[in-house]
Amino acid sequence: MTAEEIYNNLKAKFGDAIVEAKLDALQPWIVVDPNRTKEIALFLRDEPALQFDSMMCLSGVDYNGGKLGIVYHLFSMVHKHKIVLKAHCTKENPHIQSVSSVWGTANWHEREVFDMYGVVIDEHPDLRRILLPYDWEGHPLRKDYKVPEFYNGMKVPY
Amino acid sequence: MGLLDQRFENGNVFITSLENLLNWARLSSLYQMQFGLACCAIEMMAASASDFDIMRFGIIPRATPRQADVMFVAGTVTLKMASRIKRLYDQMAEPRYVISMGSCANCGGPYWEHGYHVLKGVDRVIPVDVFVPGCPPRPEALLEGIIKLQEKVRKESVVKKSA
Ligand code: SF4
Repeated sequence: MTAEEIYNNLKAKFGDAIVEAKLDALQPWIVVDPNRTKEIALFLRDEPALQFDSMMCLSGVDYNGGKLGIVYHLFSMVHKHKIVLKAHCTKENPHIQSVSSVWGTANWHEREVFDMYGVVIDEHPDLRRILLPYDWEGHPLRKDYKVPEFYNGMKVPY
Repeated sequence: MGLLDQRFENGNVFITSLENLLNWARLSSLYQMQFGLACCAIEMMAASASDFDIMRFGIIPRATPRQADVMFVAGTVTLKMASRIKRLYDQMAEPRYVISMGSCANCGGPYWEHGYHVLKGVDRVIPVDVFVPGCPPRPEALLEGIIKLQEKVRKESVVKKSA
């Protein structure tokens, strides 16, 4: 199925929750409502014509200017088609719904996004830091992150 | 026949100072704390494998700090790992030695500027006896570091701690 058809499918089903799309890109992407990612993901996975049964990658992004986001790369083993899903949020209200109940792979990736970007993943079963120590302050991959002077009595800068 | 063999053969008696004997025993059986941290650990493993055969220096990996004499800090020391390394070092029995292997453990290596998560030199948390430079150091360089450490141990004194 082409990106166009996938987009039309989603638009017909979810209407307003499909915010924006760029379908002539090298990897066509669709921006969706950050509070409805779960049901959209479920539809993408379970609809017989779509069957996105594999989530290849889930990454966090800081777009600068207070905008954060998650990018989902999806693939269907059955139909061999791909699509990129995006969800955006702001630094003031960094909330995106979890898709880990749809694709198990998402679980740790979402924890990493939380760890590195401070995006709170709503409805995540186990939202803890995954790489950094639990007592770490701040989210280092944000563009405005400042390296701390000390961590637990150890000097950090060179 | 080497000198040592002859000395043993002539009536099984040889005379040395206690200090020499102790130092010789220590430097010939530097048991290694078995752990590795990053890419440098691969070179450390290569040094342990048959080509370089680290065991001919009496280095045997031990899986517990209680039985180890020397700790190779082989790789990137993250801040999260640093407190664990400190604890492992504290658990080793004295006399204990540390070889810092590779640029990361020496000074932060490639992470010196943007590595918010990397300790810029393991000597910020534990004392280091020998620094082995390189990214990663070749196994020969690690062997050189071990020989340097052995030289250091050979000069130690029972009454006065050298370091
Ligand atoms: S010094 Fe180089 S090879 Fe060694 S751990 Fe650091 S980056 Fe890896």
